[in-house]
Amino acid sequence: MLFKLIVFLPLVGFLIAGMFGRQIGDRASMILTSGLVSIAGILSWFAFFDVTAGGNQYSVHVLSWVTSGTLTFDWAFHIDTLTAVMLIVVNTVSALVHWYSMGYMEEDPHKPRFFAYLSLFTFAMLMLVTSDNLVQMFFGWEGVGLASYLLIGFWYKKPSANAAAIKAFVVNRVGDFGFALGIYAVFLLVGSVEFSTIFARIGEFETATVSFLGTEYHAITVAALLLFVGAMGKSAQLGLHTWLPDAMEGPTPVSALIHAATMVTAGVFLVARFSPLFDLSPVALSVVTYIGAATALFAASVGLVQNDIKRVIAYSTCSQLGYMFVALGVTAYGGAIFHLFTHAFFKALLFLGAGSVIHAMHHEQDMRKMGGIYKKIPLTYIVMLIGTLAITGVPFLSGYYSKDLIIEAAYAADAPGAQFAFVMTVVAALMTSFYSWRLIFLTFHGQTRADNHTFDHAHEGPAVMTIPLIMLAVGALAAGGYFASSFIGDGRFAFWNGALVTTAGDVMDLAHEVPSAVVWAPFIAMILGLFISACFYRPQIKMPAVAAFGLAVAAVAVLVLVPSQYAGYAAVAALALSLYVLFGAWGWLSDDLPKRTAETWDGLYAFILNKWYFDELYDFLFVRPAFWLGKIFWKKGDEATIDGFGPNGVSALVAGVAARVRKLQTGYVYHYAFAMIIGLALVVTWFMMQGGAH
Amino acid sequence: MSFLQNNLLSLMMIMPILGAAILLIIRHNDPEIEKRNIRQVSLLITSITFVMSLVLWAGFDNSTSAFQFVEQHAWFGDISYYVGVDGISMLFVVLTAFLMPIVVLASWDAIQDRVREYMIAFLLLETLMIGVFTALDIFLFYVFFEGGLIPMYLLIGVWGGLNRIYASFKFFLYTLLGSVLMLVAVMYMYLQSGTTEIPELMNYSFNADVQSWLWLAFFASFAVKMPMWPVHTWLPDAHVQAPTGGSVILAGVLLKMGGYGFLRFSLPMLPEATIEWSWLVFALSIIAIIVTSLIALVQEDIKKLIAYSSVAHMGFVTIGIFLLNTNGVEGAIFTMLSHGVVSGALFLCVGVIYDRLHTREISRYGGLATNMKIYATLFVLFSMASIGLPGTSGFVGEFLVLNGSFAYSSWIAFLAATGVVLGAAYMLYLVRRLIFGELDKEDVKAMPDLSLREKLVFAPLVAVVLWMGIYPNSFLEPMHASVTNLLETHFSTDVTHAAASTTGVPAGR
Repeated sequence: MLFKLIVFLPLVGFLIAGMFGRQIGDRASMILTSGLVSIAGILSWFAFFDVTAGGNQYSVHVLSWVTSGTLTFDWAFHIDTLTAVMLIVVNTVSALVHWYSMGYMEEDPHKPRFFAYLSLFTFAMLMLVTSDNLVQMFFGWEGVGLASYLLIGFWYKKPSANAAAIKAFVVNRVGDFGFALGIYAVFLLVGSVEFSTIFARIGEFETATVSFLGTEYHAITVAALLLFVGAMGKSAQLGLHTWLPDAMEGPTPVSALIHAATMVTAGVFLVARFSPLFDLSPVALSVVTYIGAATALFAASVGLVQNDIKRVIAYSTCSQLGYMFVALGVTAYGGAIFHLFTHAFFKALLFLGAGSVIHAMHHEQDMRKMGGIYKKIPLTYIVMLIGTLAITGVPFLSGYYSKDLIIEAAYAADAPGAQFAFVMTVVAALMTSFYSWRLIFLTFHGQTRADNHTFDHAHEGPAVMTIPLIMLAVGALAAGGYFASSFIGDGRFAFWNGALVTTAGDVMDLAHEVPSAVVWAPFIAMILGLFISACFYRPQIKMPAVAAFGLAVAAVAVLVLVPSQYAGYAAVAALALSLYVLFGAWGWLSDDLPKRTAETWDGLYAFILNKWYFDELYDFLFVRPAFWLGKIFWKKGDEATIDGFGPNGVSALVAGVAARVRKLQTGYVYHYAFAMIIGLALVVTWFMMQGGAH
Repeated sequence: MSFLQNNLLSLMMIMPILGAAILLIIRHNDPEIEKRNIRQVSLLITSITFVMSLVLWAGFDNSTSAFQFVEQHAWFGDISYYVGVDGISMLFVVLTAFLMPIVVLASWDAIQDRVREYMIAFLLLETLMIGVFTALDIFLFYVFFEGGLIPMYLLIGVWGGLNRIYASFKFFLYTLLGSVLMLVAVMYMYLQSGTTEIPELMNYSFNADVQSWLWLAFFASFAVKMPMWPVHTWLPDAHVQAPTGGSVILAGVLLKMGGYGFLRFSLPMLPEATIEWSWLVFALSIIAIIVTSLIALVQEDIKKLIAYSSVAHMGFVTIGIFLLNTNGVEGAIFTMLSHGVVSGALFLCVGVIYDRLHTREISRYGGLATNMKIYATLFVLFSMASIGLPGTSGFVGEFLVLNGSFAYSSWIAFLAATGVVLGAAYMLYLVRRLIFGELDKEDVKAMPDLSLREKLVFAPLVAVVLWMGIYPNSFLEPMHASVTNLLETHFSTDVTHAAASTTGVPAGR
């Protein structure tokens, strides 16, 4: 009953607000949906402590769903630690976002619809994480996709919002295409889509092969990689990431809930849930590592130069998801979920903080038109600072525990791609620090670039907005330290209780024994990023430049100590970068370092500003050809060829009636009908005669 | 009760004829009142028939594959009036009876000319359609199968749009081609086996060489009806020109006759040829899915777009049928039922805005979410069902077919599944152009939201779409026995359990 309440209360909210929103009014809709999700949130925490502290697992059967041949699956919940963690993440953030939205969406005329969608999303996400089989998971998977589509396109009059909504849905469908094939592959292999059966039997198929597209492959690898394609779509990994930045067209609370804290982590959840499967395929794990590491770096690089405050955070999310996949790829499954958990707090905080800024600035999102507003909205400033400190990995804040573990695990792992991932994640950590501080400097510090009216009227949001910010800030500060030992420390075996593959002496144990140079690497990267950012955007302060240079020297020393094939290059790069900054900050290169840098490296700048030209490439490769082919198949295929030689051709041959037929009146219709009846009568007669003959 | 049990199918076929007869004698001085009476009688008759179909479903025994509600009366010679249903046909009868009252209600205001003839055509069509799904005599089947075309042909030709003559001519030409070939096959089978009874023909084994020819002859007819690529081009024109009610029945029921024909004739009577020619079906189906989806993407006419999407959906059906495994066949039947409801609903949606603005051109609309909120919600819901979102009816059938096809060949699953991506693209692109965007056109602004009658039309469709998505077992359970029997009797070479058998194989290799 507890779990049915947790899952279905948001559905109730959705149905009531969605169907009767106009009758019961804005206020009732908002309070009802927020209240129900909040109750679900509180119950989730009870469930979490019951499952983790009590070591319990639950199976709840709701309704049978499909039975066909040997394939059968139900609507049913399976609650273990992994699910319990997701329950508190989803419901806590969702409840806070519901309340926050009451303030943020105050002036919107479609509040019941907005809150209904938020609750629909929450319900679908809960179905996803509580599922006991692949198909219900797929239901939640596509359900959150639908909610995401509706919320990105919430302001449906904006063409850009509509385009972004379609893009999100269709790109995700490409991922779902892989996911669905993965489900079929698993079913073909194990003969079931239910988790308990799959995980109990998967070991039997360790050496099995399967024919996929004409070639025999290792069966588990095929299944794992197909499922991973789904995860790439939902979690915006390199190649299928293009929808996420555009998704920022949706209202900011949506970005916080769906495109930062919960939905986009579904891919991470999927791989973690299938850790027993992935664990049997080193190839699949390497692919996960490589893709994750490449995404972490790619997205961070694009984040360096974005000017839209939400897009910076969106790329940051994409990059952090890459970290989680790196953790999964090197089999630090607990580390991945831990980062998912802490990231949910600080990233939701950053997004809602950005929302607070946007709210204060009259819906301005361009950081070039902000600056100096920390005096106006000090609370937002402070919580954003906390979020920034957490994401950059300042010791003892949430991000520090989870992110550093991932970097260390990548170093400790002895698998293809792990070393690559280690270097990428350290470099990405530097970039993360840079763009996060850049966001703070551009938004809150310096002379304001906003017009006087906007600046003078900037103000903090109402309590429904500030209280969620404070609560998330507490999470960003403390969640990491409080839960580290359970998620990734010695308590992890008891904590996960079999929900993830955890073995003694695994990569998470090794991660605690890496050389101290490795432990220091992300820290130095973080400080370096901060100082470089300060040199770029607070150039009047010379201190950071000196410090950055000093640190770079230290970094070089550290990197040289790291026995890694990439470390040498990284050391050289770090030194060069720091010299550049040092000279720049002193004005030897230029007074305006960001502008000058962009001009000096204009090719590179254009490349990353244009997001590595992925959108243009896909437009060229897929979108245009699809429309072009559609036209060809229609005009040249159906109309010219099939109809031309078919009905039109035939009728032209038969006494050239085609031209005349168009002019004829309905009388001829009856002629044909009559002809048909005559024909049937002839058939009847024939059968009668034959029947008589027998 | 036993009288009902013994005569239910006949009663279901007589009821619409009775209704048509009543319509003939309805007279009133005031033409408006006369029309109203005609509509009300039609609604009543089709509703009674629908209730009878529910009795049929309720009385249906899921545990047997044998034909039920059988009635047989000698007619002349070898031919008898022989009807009955099994798990494959029963739900098609229910689908037909379900859509009829909806069609009558949807035509309430849209049809003002020759209302009597229009309703009579529909009622006769209902009898013939039920006849197609229940006939157990191949000759009877043929008469119903071809006879059903006449009212539909008239519906398009008389109550259709501007270019109705061309469309009905095309419809006639394609169908003629298929019918003639099928007729020859039917005659041959009768002469060869000496029986016209379908259950007996199912057990008669035709010579393997002959099977191929017979199979191709049936294929010609059923492929046109499905329709399969490349004999699909009559469908977009027929839909575009047909009145809304005609489109609903065309997409909802008539397109299902081809699939039903494959299951009733090609598979059980010509099993060897079925296996031999399945490659052809797969190839044409995959082409249909990909090509017609791409064509749907660039359509400017709403009805054409949905018509092309129907061809793509039918591609899944034909793949499923010829996989010859349980998931495939059950998925195919389920897809047909779901498509019957969903595409019917989508054509009704088109009808709603066509009644208001009298154009099917997509670019004339836009921003309907602003002034037609309920309509917009329904349109998005049915689009999602068409896309195959889990939780709606569209998902289950496609999922089963694809699962079955992965066990058969990953190539088929891979290529067919691309339709899932393309389907999302063309439907959402349509939704964007119709429903979303700025409401800036004066004539569109003036369009009112759904009337009470229109809400009544859509309410049962919404309920069924969700029911089929959330608890599909209600619809799958009646199929199991008959589908299993079909596959095990005629395809005993263990194709049925392809999934289960290959499971053990890979570990060894």
